[in-house]
Amino acid sequence: METLSPAEKAVVRRVLAEHKGRPGPLLEVLHAIQASLGFVPPSAVPVVAESLNLSRAEVHGVVTFYHFFRRSRPGAHTVSLCQAEACQSMGAEALATHARQRLGIGFHETTANGAFTLEPIYCLGNCACSPAAMIDGRLYGRVTAERFDALIAQESASS
Amino acid sequence: MSVSVYVPTDAGALSLGAQEVASAIAAEAQRRGAPVEIVRNGSRGAYWLEPLVEVLTPGGRYGYGPVTASDVPSLFAANFLAGGAHPLALGLTESIPWLKGQQRLTFERVGIVDPASVADYVKHGGYQGLTRALSLTGADIVQQITASGLRGRGGAAFPTGIKWKTVLEQVTAQKYVTCNADEGDSGTFADRMLMEGDPFTLIEGMTIAGIAVGATQGYIYLRAEYPHAYAALKTAIAAAAQAGYLGADVAGSGKRFELEVRLGAGAYICGEETSMLESLEGRRGEVRVRPPLPAIKGLFGQPTIVNNVVTLASVPWILAHGAQAYAGFGMGKSRGTLPIQLAGNIRRGGLVERAFGLTLKELLYDYGGGSASGRPIRAVQIGGPLGAYVPPAHFDTAVDYEALTGIGALLGHGGIVVFDDSVDMARMARYAMEFCAIESCGKCTPCRIGSTRGVEVIDRILAGIDGERNVRLLEELCETMVQGSLCGLGGMAPFPVQSALKHFREDFRARVS
Repeated sequence: METLSPAEKAVVRRVLAEHKGRPGPLLEVLHAIQASLGFVPPSAVPVVAESLNLSRAEVHGVVTFYHFFRRSRPGAHTVSLCQAEACQSMGAEALATHARQRLGIGFHETTANGAFTLEPIYCLGNCACSPAAMIDGRLYGRVTAERFDALIAQESASS
Repeated sequence: MSVSVYVPTDAGALSLGAQEVASAIAAEAQRRGAPVEIVRNGSRGAYWLEPLVEVLTPGGRYGYGPVTASDVPSLFAANFLAGGAHPLALGLTESIPWLKGQQRLTFERVGIVDPASVADYVKHGGYQGLTRALSLTGADIVQQITASGLRGRGGAAFPTGIKWKTVLEQVTAQKYVTCNADEGDSGTFADRMLMEGDPFTLIEGMTIAGIAVGATQGYIYLRAEYPHAYAALKTAIAAAAQAGYLGADVAGSGKRFELEVRLGAGAYICGEETSMLESLEGRRGEVRVRPPLPAIKGLFGQPTIVNNVVTLASVPWILAHGAQAYAGFGMGKSRGTLPIQLAGNIRRGGLVERAFGLTLKELLYDYGGGSASGRPIRAVQIGGPLGAYVPPAHFDTAVDYEALTGIGALLGHGGIVVFDDSVDMARMARYAMEFCAIESCGKCTPCRIGSTRGVEVIDRILAGIDGERNVRLLEELCETMVQGSLCGLGGMAPFPVQSALKHFREDFRARVS
């Protein structure tokens, strides 16, 4: 397990100081850590556990239960493709196949240059504008293969 | 005098370029020296017209849509600031037939008001429900909700008044009001639209609930997939507190009600109420065994109201207009209105709020205009990934709780996902099991193991291995999951599978790959 860098340690300490007194704070703490670091480093688990008076198993159990929390550093951009029924009815599977080919990776993987992480997501609530995708928190609707390529090109140029 | 131009900030509208449209209007207005004030409203719910730009004229709000940034110069050239003619002109927004025929009660302000402004909310009738509630006793407020016939809009359809009454009757120092905003069902976006387009209605509804049962703390459990709604709620809660509608002295009543938004983390199961409470407490979202009911022993072991966004957002209208007015809409035991969401392969998708009782046919063809692809509709899935697939033979069924139960379907949260005749129903059945396997919390065996076995059995059927025997096995497995699972995930995940087997059996045949 990689140890936390001093900067990461500072983030974890700051987050814990901020949320510790609140009722049921663990998810809030993990969200804040991931918002700052991009992921929840496994080496943060014992620090969080000790501070919140929980066992490491409890914290690890929560981190791994929720799909949203990631335990490794993601690419510079996270691309989430909706795979739920409404998007399937409008060609989400074909779009996913196209995306995998375009980026050269599968779901839950990151491109070798560290630019993109590809994730499946189960509903973005944009079901009247399917198929939907989200890139770094920005939502896109009626995504065709051409629009997907344009968005990827745009993100590649910006980073 | 500047002209008010409305460009939605709703996530769905943004996903189709509303931000670029707003920027283009601002830039073009500056270039021409035309004074405009751009208001960022929610969506009216007509997603086939988004981005829908509206201009306030002395005659009312004129609509243009769907607008792209490249249309903006021609809109100015056509003098759209005065409602001028243009190929994208829709006339008065309220006269668009798709919107005009709706009965918007819960969504009366969505798409109309500025979701960040308390003043605009009050100007459009906001906080009248709270004002009335503050003149009543807790028991009287609960009685109003009971008399309105309001049932839980999240999917379970449990009478809201009974839930509130149970919480009211508990004698404890601390009670909670929680809002289930973990809208995870595919085909649903009503909660999102309301939170982004009129968040004060939800805040007001929760405040009334708190005043009614004596709860001083509220939590909105919002799914992490909704960053736009999160921002809208944070802004609105701060504004409501600033204006004295939240906090230690709600609207000068001397009563306390605090409200906080908490984010989920991508677990579908957390839409189940006891799993949501576990998650709010900072634990794995594993389902609790009932009893005790959350109304008696809920969040942090205290009596807790758990209601869906639309349920709570219907409360202000009921208090402001009276229980009888609300109960005057609807049919049978389904009283009031339902925001139905038309999704997937549909030409005119979006949100239709109407009294219960409309038929599927009216929704799919009169409102929806048929499939987006132009091909025949072969199936619709109602009520999310745990809902049954319904064939065209049943499209005369009315959309109400009891009528849909009568054909073996469920209304759920009111989402209808449309599929054309290119759909492979065996693959959809396989997906239902796969989704359950991904999202199972793991606490009970029928759901945890059954869903994985379900995928395997369907794979064997499609591979041509012992087809008939495996179809029988699949039917038995479904029955075991329905009977033996602890909560609705494992207990209902077989519904799409069973309905696919029943109505689309011809799809369960071996594939040549």
